[in-house]
This record gives sequence, C-alpha cells and structure tokens, in this order.
Amino acid sequence: MSFFLWVVLGLAVLFAVAAGLRAVARTTLTGSARTLANDMPLTAAFGILVILIYAFVAIATPVLAPFPEREIVGTQFEAWSAEHPLGTDRIGRDMLSRLIYGARNTVGIAFATTALAFIVGSVLGIWAALTGGWVDQILSRFVDALMAIPALIFSLLLLTIFGTSITALILVIASVDATRVYRLARAVAQGIVVMDYVEAAQLRGERSWYLIRREILPNAMAPLVAEFGLRFCFVFLAISSLSFLGLGIKPPTADWGSMVRDNATLITFGDVTPLLPAGCIALLTVAVNFVVDWQLYRASGLKE
Amino acid sequence: MDNEVLLKIEGLRIEGRSGDEWSEIVKGVDLTLRKGEVLGLIGESGAGKSTVGLAAMGFARDGCRISGGTIEFDGIDLRVTPEATRRDLRGKRIAYVAQSAAASFNPAHKLIDQYCEAPVMHGVMPRDQAERDAIDLYRRMQLPDPEEIGFRYPHQVSGGQLQRAMTAMAMACRPDLIIFDEPTTALDVTTQIEVLAAIRDVVRQFDTAAIYITHDLAVVAQAADRIKVLLRGEEVETAETYKMLEAPKEDYTKSLWAVRSFTREEQPPGEGTPVVSVRNVTAAYGMVNVLEDVSFDIHAGRTVAVVGESGSGKSTTARVITGLLPPKSGEVLFDGEPLPPALKGRSREQLRQCQMIYQMADTALNPKLTLRQLIGRPAQMYLGLDGTALEDRVRELLDLIELDPAVYIDRLPGELSGGQKQRIGIARALAAEPKLIICDEVTSALDQIVQEGILKLLNKLQEDFGLAYMFITHDLATVRAIADEVVVMQQGRVIEKGTKSEMFAPPHEPYTDLLLSSVPEMDPDWLTCLLEKRAAAGG
Repeated sequence: MSFFLWVVLGLAVLFAVAAGLRAVARTTLTGSARTLANDMPLTAAFGILVILIYAFVAIATPVLAPFPEREIVGTQFEAWSAEHPLGTDRIGRDMLSRLIYGARNTVGIAFATTALAFIVGSVLGIWAALTGGWVDQILSRFVDALMAIPALIFSLLLLTIFGTSITALILVIASVDATRVYRLARAVAQGIVVMDYVEAAQLRGERSWYLIRREILPNAMAPLVAEFGLRFCFVFLAISSLSFLGLGIKPPTADWGSMVRDNATLITFGDVTPLLPAGCIALLTVAVNFVVDWQLYRASGLKE
Repeated sequence: MDNEVLLKIEGLRIEGRSGDEWSEIVKGVDLTLRKGEVLGLIGESGAGKSTVGLAAMGFARDGCRISGGTIEFDGIDLRVTPEATRRDLRGKRIAYVAQSAAASFNPAHKLIDQYCEAPVMHGVMPRDQAERDAIDLYRRMQLPDPEEIGFRYPHQVSGGQLQRAMTAMAMACRPDLIIFDEPTTALDVTTQIEVLAAIRDVVRQFDTAAIYITHDLAVVAQAADRIKVLLRGEEVETAETYKMLEAPKEDYTKSLWAVRSFTREEQPPGEGTPVVSVRNVTAAYGMVNVLEDVSFDIHAGRTVAVVGESGSGKSTTARVITGLLPPKSGEVLFDGEPLPPALKGRSREQLRQCQMIYQMADTALNPKLTLRQLIGRPAQMYLGLDGTALEDRVRELLDLIELDPAVYIDRLPGELSGGQKQRIGIARALAAEPKLIICDEVTSALDQIVQEGILKLLNKLQEDFGLAYMFITHDLATVRAIADEVVVMQQGRVIEKGTKSEMFAPPHEPYTDLLLSSVPEMDPDWLTCLLEKRAAAGG
C-alpha cells in the first residue's frame, strides 16, 4: 500500500515540477516559442518533462548506475536494501543499475528505429506525392505489398534471414514501420503539393529536395510528429514481443521487456520489483501520448 | 411600407477570443429593421458585418460570444429565450444565405431534398406540398428547367444557379427575415446580375425583410432600402440608400465611395519586340481543348488585361506562358526567342524573367517560412545573393512594398492582413528582377480600399522598373484603372483585343458589351434600367 502512495506522490511531484517549468517558460521565452508555451496544457508539460528525464537517464547511464550492467554483484533475489536500492534479480545483478541501463538500450533502440522509419518513410512519401506518375505508382504498390504481410510475421522472417544483431533489429523494425509512415506522409503531402506556394516554388525552378525540405515538410510536421509519438510506443511493444520470442534484444543486455519476464516469479511473493520496468514503459508511453495529443490538437486547427 | 418593427438590436457587443484573451469585435451596434425592409450592411473585411448578421439570428460563431445588448425579433429577446425557441425560429422565420453556396449545400443530397428539409422539419407543410412549392420558387428565381433542376446534385449546376437555389431554400418557410451574407461576391459580373435581380424580385414579392451583407457598394445600392456602414465593429453612419449615395456624411463613407477613383493614363501601344508574344496557342486538358488559337503581345512597361468570365481560359493562358501546361500547338516567344514549351526545358534565366502573383495570397505563401525566407529565396537562387547582401535586398524590397522591414522581416504570413500578404506576393515576384509579372486576379479577394493600394503599388513599380504586366481579372473596374491594352476571352478564344480606350468606347462585340454593361454602377436605379433595356432589346 505504501508503495502505491509513493507512486501517487511521485507523479504529483512530477506534475508540480512540470507546471513550474511551464510557468517559467511562459515568462522567459519570447516570440513563437512563447506562444507555444502559452497554449501548452499541463499534461503536455508533464509529458515533455518525463521524456527529458528519460533522455537524461539514457545519456548519463554510466554515471548514474551504481553497478555495471552485466556483473553479478550479489545473491539472487535480494530484498531492497541500502546497497541495492531495488534489490537484485534472478542471477544476482543489481536491479536499479539494470533498470537504468535498460533506459539506454530499450529507449535508445526504440528511438533510433522510429527516427529511421520516419526519415525514410516521410521523405519517400512526400517525394511520391510530389512527383506522382510512375514513381508514385511503383513506391506505393511496393509499400502496399509489404503492408499486406502481418508486421510481426514479417519482422520474424527478416530477423531469421539477417540474424538478430541490434543493427539488424533496428533496420528490420524501421523498414516495417516506414511503410506506415510512408502512407501517412504521402496522404498529408498530397494535400500540400496542390497549394499555390508549391506551384510558385516549382515555377521558380526549385529542385525536389528543396521542395520536400522547405515547402512541404514544415507544413506536414504536425501530423507527422503526432504519428511519431504513436509509432514510438508501437516500436516499444514490437521490441518487447520480439524479445519475448527470443529474437529481440539478447541477454545479458538489459531490456525492460525481458526484465519483466525474467523476474515475474517474484510477483507471487507480493514483491513489486518486477513491475518497475513495466512501470517505466507505461510512464513513458503515457508521457509520449500526452505530447502527441497536444500535437494532434494543434494540427487539427481546433485551437479556438 | 409597413412600419411595424421586426428586428431591433440595441447596443450589441460581441467578443472574440484569441488565445486566452477576449477582445471586442462588435462594439455597441444598434439596428432596427421594419417588416419588408432591406438593409444593406457594408464595410471592409474585419468590420464585423457577418458577425452582426449572425447575431441577428441569436447566433455567435465558435470562439465568439455575445457579451452585451439586446436582440429582439418580433418581440422575442433572442439572447434570453431558450435554445429550443431559437431553433424553432431559425429556418422558419429567420433564414440565412451564405457566401459560398457550393460549400453550404451538402454534396451528397439532391437540391430538392435539401429544400424540403426545413419546411417538413418545422411542420410548415408536408413533403409533397414542399416539393410543389420548391418548383414554384425555382421558377420565380428564374432557374432554367424548374421542374427538373431540384433533382440534380449540387455539383451538377453552376455557381450562380446554386446561389439562387440556396435563396429559394431560404424562402421555403416564407421567413420574415433573410440574412444574405455576401451572396454574389464569389460570382463573376454577368452571373452576379442574374442572382441579384432574382434575389431582389423574390424578396419584394413575399415582402420579406432582409439584411444584405457585402463589401461592394454598387451591389448593395441595387437591393437595399437603407444602408448601414460599419468600421471596426462600430457604426459609421446609416441612411436611406438615395440619401447616402447622394450625400455621404462621414469621411470614411466618402472614402468608400472614392476608392474606384484610381486610374492611370493609358500608355501608347508599345513598340519593338514584345516581352511576351503568345502565338496561335491551342492547349488542352486531356482531350478537351480549353484554348483555341490564342494570340496576343505584351510590351515592356505596359499592362495587358485579360478579361472574361470564369472558365474562359484566362488562367490557362497564364499556365501556358509559365510552362505548367505545354500547348498542343503554337508557341510563346520571350523577347523574340521561343520559350521551351514545358517548365522542365526552361533555363533558370528564362524562369527568372517571368514571375507570377496569385489570387489567394493565403495559399501562395508558405505559412511556415518567414518573410525574410519567402522574399529572400528568389534573390538567393537567381541572383546568387548571400549574407548581408541578401539581407539588404530583402529590406529594400520590403521598403518598396511599403512594409517596415524592422517590424516585418521575421514575421510569418499568418501574422499579416490579406492586403499585406498580397504585397509579399508582389515582393517575391520582384525579388527575381523579372521582365514580366503575371497577376492572376490579384485584387479580387481583397476589399476595395486594399485593392486600390495594391493597384497603386503595382503601377508605381511598373513606372520604376518598366515591368510588363499580364493582368488576369474579371473585374472591369480594375481593368479601367490599370490596363493599357485589353484582351477579352470567351470559351478559350480571344474575341476582341485592343487598347483600353478602344475597348471602353462602342461599338463592341456582343459579349464585350454584355461584360461592360454588367458592371454595377453607383446608382440605385441602375439594375432596374439595365434589366428594362435588356428586356427591350431581347424582344
């Protein structure tokens, strides 16, 4: 019960800090950044704060973690103590350190994957919408064909072919996800390429790359950013399910998904420790979606 | 005239929200409307005309709220009466006709189904009677084929017909009050007359009171008994139409009257090699020819106005010149040299020489780029300017279009007014230092005071830089103001061309005559006289 209280208290503190930071941003920032801060809801501020904390943890991992990621530093399943604040896992590794390393691995891989999927998917999607004709036909039909295969089965197939290194994992999930991004980017861009300002730039003799980068992408940004948040969560789930099937992140690399599975036996003894990695995933998912909702709200033009 | 007061608005205040703040957009307007009276509500954009019009139905748009005053319709206070009563009044006793009929009709239902909705829902008449009634009203609105037209879908009839069908729909329950919100603004001159005449007749026949909102004085003069002028949410003056036209009291009203005063001296026809020479161009979208054998020249320092109603091929001609639509036959010469037909074949230098300004500045400027980037890009691309040279050039251009560089250089288009955006369009075209600028209906989305400013600016730039303008428009008042030569187009063909003085002096081609006589004049009897004249000529 007291654990539950601590969670509520922790969230309340995060909300309070987020509200404080937003207030600071509203008074110190100027120009368009200030208007952004002004119409930012508290949930979005909370989301951004949580994402920033995760990013900080992921970057500063070696400094923050008290023990190495893979080293056995105690007996198995030690209780929470001063030396091991969150106890130890199934083979005696420090739980807190693995949680912190997990941030770097899981979040890092998910972020790299989503970013890659977005760069490839949106550039190709906008290019297809802009060029039209056979370029659009070939790319779109190819993407249709890829999307016809269920994503998980397709990833399993590709991972079996290319092996299960981290690079392969990133590339495979990214290419599967890029098809979804391509669809969205193409649909959004089709509405933008017919605008007079794109025609004006074409009449000026601008090249495709400039058109994509300066004329279309900035105007397609809001729906793409929103989709980015959702995709990011899906990638999390994809990595977890692949890890579960033994094709994702390999032990002994710390990964939140597999940490839940490894220590699941503790739950039967009323210990919350195995739920902590799951909680980390949940918190990040909620935080990302708060920011996404805000972006969707802005993009929908229902600001008034 | 019946003297009973139908609508009485007193001290109306309406607030609009921007961000977290509410600011007043209508600041205490009084309005009285008697039964059967037509009141014209005029003013430039942002004056609060439409907001007041909607408030007469007890309605405020999203993001707006009625914050003060009373709105009394036939003894019912619309502000305090329950929503159910208001709903019952709307459509039955108060009707609304919007500016864009095309956007206001549901494209998935037939016209007559949409007509019958209000009378059946309000229980005024059963469905079959409503249908008979619709056909009768379509006939009164002089729609072609009144028996059948109701069974078409909105996209199957023209814009002018749709606007009349919408007015018929508003009349369905024989309301006491109709609010017309710019019903003819989106139509070209020849269609505008038909709609205007039909609206006026039907309002008189049923003795309906109306509020007619527009920014075109000449139009409102034809329809209204009284005119009220609004400026920034406040009333400037109200008077009987005749009185106001003869002797406007306030300076602002006078300035509205005077806006069409700008004209420039007609330049003698240009000599030597024309900047652009369109030679026997025929162009097609797919199999359908949209241009047939079009030829005309434009000389340096001259303005050629291309006139015609919508669909006559004016904008298509511009697309051929810019290379967006390669012609099927014929060619375009630039400085005597033939231009490659397609955009891809043209050199950067050829592209630089010919710039374009669009009708809708909103869609012609990338909303995510600052003015520095928007104006700077052509200068950077074509002239290789960089760093401080580029910065200086952008500031110089902003000075030319009369916007203060210190204030505006880092703004986004969304932070500018319509007229200012159009000026940015002009600056962007100028940045390329072209010889020819194609102006595609550049003033038709702007109200008259702003229009005059843009025309003056274009004229000054032409004098300073010896630019050639191809000026596409359907507004003959603009032609009179700025053109040297006129090309009249109809159905993809040039039917008449010549200098402005030739064009505005008889004799004309019949179509040119129709266009010229359709331009509304500042005379309340103009429409009546014109219709009589046309009826006499017709038989």
